[in-house]
Amino acid sequence: MSKTIIKADKLVKKFGDFVAVNEISFEVKQGEIFAFLGPNGAGKSTTIKMLTTMLHPTSGILEMAGHDVTTERDSARKTFGIVFQDPSLDEELSAFENMDLHGVLYSIPKKTRYKRIEELLKLVELWDRKDTMIKTFSGGMRRRLEIARGLLHEPKILFLDEPTLGLDTQTRNLMWEYVRKLSNEKGMTIFFTTHYLEEAEDIAQKIAIIDNGKIIARGTTKELCKETKTETLEEAYLKLTGKTTRDESSADNNGLNFKTAMRNRNLR
Amino acid sequence: MEIIYALWLRQVRRYTRSSSRLIGTLGQPLLLLLALGYGIGAIYRKAGEGDYLAFLVPGIIAQTVLLSGIFWGLIILQDKRFGFLSELLVTPVSRIKILLGSALGGSTISIIQGILIFIISMALGFRPYDWILVLPALLILIVMSISLTSLGAGIASMVNDFQGFQGINNLLITPLFFLSSALYPLNNVPKPLAIISSCNPISYMVDAMRFFLSNTTHFGIQKDLIVITITMVLTITFAVDRFNKIEM
Repeated sequence: MSKTIIKADKLVKKFGDFVAVNEISFEVKQGEIFAFLGPNGAGKSTTIKMLTTMLHPTSGILEMAGHDVTTERDSARKTFGIVFQDPSLDEELSAFENMDLHGVLYSIPKKTRYKRIEELLKLVELWDRKDTMIKTFSGGMRRRLEIARGLLHEPKILFLDEPTLGLDTQTRNLMWEYVRKLSNEKGMTIFFTTHYLEEAEDIAQKIAIIDNGKIIARGTTKELCKETKTETLEEAYLKLTGKTTRDESSADNNGLNFKTAMRNRNLR
Repeated sequence: MEIIYALWLRQVRRYTRSSSRLIGTLGQPLLLLLALGYGIGAIYRKAGEGDYLAFLVPGIIAQTVLLSGIFWGLIILQDKRFGFLSELLVTPVSRIKILLGSALGGSTISIIQGILIFIISMALGFRPYDWILVLPALLILIVMSISLTSLGAGIASMVNDFQGFQGINNLLITPLFFLSSALYPLNNVPKPLAIISSCNPISYMVDAMRFFLSNTTHFGIQKDLIVITITMVLTITFAVDRFNKIEM
């Protein structure tokens, strides 16, 4: 539990003159379950996008398992699997075909690929539905398949971006139980975001809270509660981030959603 | 290679599984072929211009490929909107490869559609001028498919919503088709129309097709081939450039 697997140092992301992520630094140790929390628009998604190479940092250093995400992007990409916030399966392909395409894209040899697909689909209890088109899958089934897909190339790190959004309690419990097992048995590092603080309290070994592009607190649930003199993580979180609601807008954008504001700015 | 094949296969699988997509892109060319081929054909002959079907079929094949290529662009937009593109873009596969595999799949679909229209027009009484020359016509069809699929991919990479795509469709595709030499000979049209059509690359694609299938040409085959090649280079550059600029 000592090796650092994700390292961010003074990470900055600007969109125009808007600073979405403002010089954040953190480390995640190998095998750790790490929760990244924060209100909407705090910079969570932007950070995850930088970690998963979808966005280039404006400045700062970001390393995944020793690979710099900007200079060694493809090596960095092989080290992680991701379950996106939004569904990302091909609806018109079957479960098996979705898995297989993923395996090809990560250059897993056919024999190993088929063996692992079978193992993983059995694990998430979708093996008997392997030839069914995704269109007919329920939300829970899709999520399970996405997790299986994220694990196919045996990543060292698994990113889960609000993985339980819209799932029923049964599926949610099953999913977290499985995530815990991955971390215990395979030493896989888990980096997740969620808005359900009980989940984070239950599962995460380390927590970081981001607000307005800055990490405002970090530590275990116990440490955070102690620091804020509260009983639960939820209370600690509310004390730290305030009780008002946010959306991804601000006064400088005339109250528009951030993405829309950026698009309008580009049009101008 | 396996990666490109897998991406290609994905596109072709989607196509063969969706009959509505097939009918959607073949419907309009078929309608034009019937309505114009039969309807206007009689007048055309009376005017002393000869066989209208022989003139029209290369134009309709071009239209099919144009529609199919742009329609295929919708798939990229769909991937973008419904998340699958994120999955593709975080894999250790370069964007060029992703675009290449997918666009080859899209082109394959266009080529199949073009050939289908060719077969249907045979059933309606169209005969190629010389069967040997069907081979170079096929080559033109392939180049045309690659260009127009790239155009579709480039446009789809730029726009973010389906309404925007629909707008471009109306503003670009319809004029590209109607203001080309696809439907009428450019010999006797008013000057402004002739000038506009002469600036439209689709005209040259149709003209080259017509040269090989029906033995007539307006611009001359050398000029056709030059314009077609330049168009292909430009559209591919456009697609690569736009696809590289997609931000999730």
